[in-house]
Amino acid sequence: MNFSFLSDPKYDFIGAFWMTVQLTFWSAIGAFIFGVILAAMRVSPVPLMRGFGTVVVNTFRNIPLTLIIIMMSQVIAGQLGLRLAVRQPGVNPQAFLDSQNFRLAVLGFIIYTSTFVCESIRAGINTVPPGQAEAARAIGLTFSQVLGIVVLPQAIRAVIAPLGSVLIALTKNTTIAAAIGVTEASTLMAVGIEFDPDKITAIFLVVAAGFIALTLPVGLGFGALAKRNAVRR
Amino acid sequence: MSERASVLYDVPGPKAKRRNLIISIIFGVLLALLIWYVLSILASKNQLQADKWTPFLEAQNWTTYLLPGLWATLQAAAVSVVIALPIGALLGIARLSDHAWVRRPAGVIVEFFRSIPVLILMLFSFQIWFAIFGVSSPFAAVVIGLVLYNGSVLAEVVRAGILAVPRGQSEAAVALGLRKSQVMTIILLPQAVTTMLPAVVSQLVVIVKDTALGGLLGLTYSELRRAGSTSASAYGNLLPTYFVIAVMYVLINLALGQFSVYLERRLRTRRGGPVVKIDAGAQTDLLAARQQIEILDVPGIDQTRR
Repeated sequence: MNFSFLSDPKYDFIGAFWMTVQLTFWSAIGAFIFGVILAAMRVSPVPLMRGFGTVVVNTFRNIPLTLIIIMMSQVIAGQLGLRLAVRQPGVNPQAFLDSQNFRLAVLGFIIYTSTFVCESIRAGINTVPPGQAEAARAIGLTFSQVLGIVVLPQAIRAVIAPLGSVLIALTKNTTIAAAIGVTEASTLMAVGIEFDPDKITAIFLVVAAGFIALTLPVGLGFGALAKRNAVRR
Repeated sequence: MSERASVLYDVPGPKAKRRNLIISIIFGVLLALLIWYVLSILASKNQLQADKWTPFLEAQNWTTYLLPGLWATLQAAAVSVVIALPIGALLGIARLSDHAWVRRPAGVIVEFFRSIPVLILMLFSFQIWFAIFGVSSPFAAVVIGLVLYNGSVLAEVVRAGILAVPRGQSEAAVALGLRKSQVMTIILLPQAVTTMLPAVVSQLVVIVKDTALGGLLGLTYSELRRAGSTSASAYGNLLPTYFVIAVMYVLINLALGQFSVYLERRLRTRRGGPVVKIDAGAQTDLLAARQQIEILDVPGIDQTRR
C-alpha cells in the first residue's frame, strides 16, 4: 500500500486530529458543566425546573447532531446573526470564519452532548442508596447541600465509565464539524475521494488508526478510573 | 407516585412550598424573558412572517421534498438494522466462543468498527462501492456505514443478552446432553432475543439520527435533512424548514424511545427475568453494555445465579 500521500500538504493529518482534540476538549468541558446543571434541574423539587430539564433533554437528544451543527451555522449564525468571533478589519476574513465555525461547532456539540451527560448522571443518582440522602436530610442539609455534598459526588463516581463512553462518542462525533467547514479527519477523507480515489484505503487506515489512538486510551483510562473510584458498598 | 416525591427531598412542608413557589416564579420569569427574547430576534429577522410558514400547508412541499426525505431516512434506518442484527448476533456469539481463534478476531472487528466515526465509514464505503461497481450509490454507502458500526454495537448487545440468561439454563441444557451449538441456538438465543429487544429498539434511535450523516460531504443521500435543505432553497424558508424537520425527528425518536420503555416494562413483568437495558445516556456503547451486565448482576434479580 502506498502511503506517499502522508507528505502531501493536502493531507494534514496532524492538523486534522489536533482539531479533533481541541473540539473534543472544549465541548467536553462545556457538556459536563451543562449536563450537571441539567441533571440538577431534572431532580430538583421545583416542578417547573424539572419540566424544563425534561423538555430540553428529550428535544436535543432526539435531533440528529448533523442537523444541530448545520443549524448552528446556517440558521443561528447565518440567519439570526449570532457572532462568536470578532471580525477585525485588515485581517484575513478566513481567520474570522475559522474561529466562528469552530466556536459554533463547539456550542452545537455542547448542546447535544450535555443531554447525554445529564442522563448518565441521573442514572448515577439512582444508584445512590436512599439512606444516604435521608441521612443527609436528617442532619439538616438543604436540597442543594444534599445534592452537592452527598449525592452528586457518589453519583458521578458511579457513572465514570458511562461518561467515558459519552466522551468517546463525542470524539467521534466531532467529525460532523466538517459539515460547517471545520477541517477535520472527515474533510481529509472527502479530499481523498476527490483527488486520490485510488489511495482511499490507505487514507482510511490512517484516519482509523488516528481515531483508535484517540479513543482507546480514553476507554481504558476511564475504565481504570471507574474501578479506582468505585463506591464500595 | 408514593407519598414521597423523591429520595432527594421530603414532601414539601409549608415553608418549602413557599420557597419552591418563589423559585418557580423567578425561574418562570427568566424562562419567559428568554422565550420573549428569542421570539423578538426571530421577529426582527422576519422569521415569523406567515409566508415563511405557509409552504408547510402546501401539499406539493410535502410530496416533493419532505415525505420522500422522511421515507429515505426510514428506509436507510430499517435496511441497516435488518442487516446489522444478524451480523451483530454472529459477532456477539463469536465473542463468547470457547475458541480463542474465533473470539479474538471477533473482538478485534467489534473494537475496530466501534472506534471509527460513522461518517468516516460512510465515506469509505462510498468510494469502495464506486471502485467495485463503477457507479456511486449514496444509499449503499449510508447503509454499509451504519451496518459496520451498528453491527459492532449490536454484537455487544447480543453478548450482554446471552450473558444475562441465568446460568442454570445453560447448565441444565448441558446436563441434558445438548451440544454447544444446540445450547446456543435452542436455549440461550431465544431467551436472549426477548431480553435484548428494548436495547435494539433504542439503538434504532441512534440509527435514525445517524442517517442524517448521509447528506454530508458529497455523500448526497437525500435523507430528511438534505431534502429539507432543498425544500428550503425552493421556498426561501430555511429556519422554518429545519424547525419542522427537527420536530419530525423528535417525534419519531420519542415514539421509538417510548416503545423501548414499553417493551422493557412488559418483558420485566413477564417473568421477572433480567432485561438488557442499555442506558440511553451512555449512547449504547461497549462500556455501557459491560456496565449494564454488572448492574443486572445484582442479588434479587435471579437467586439461582448466586
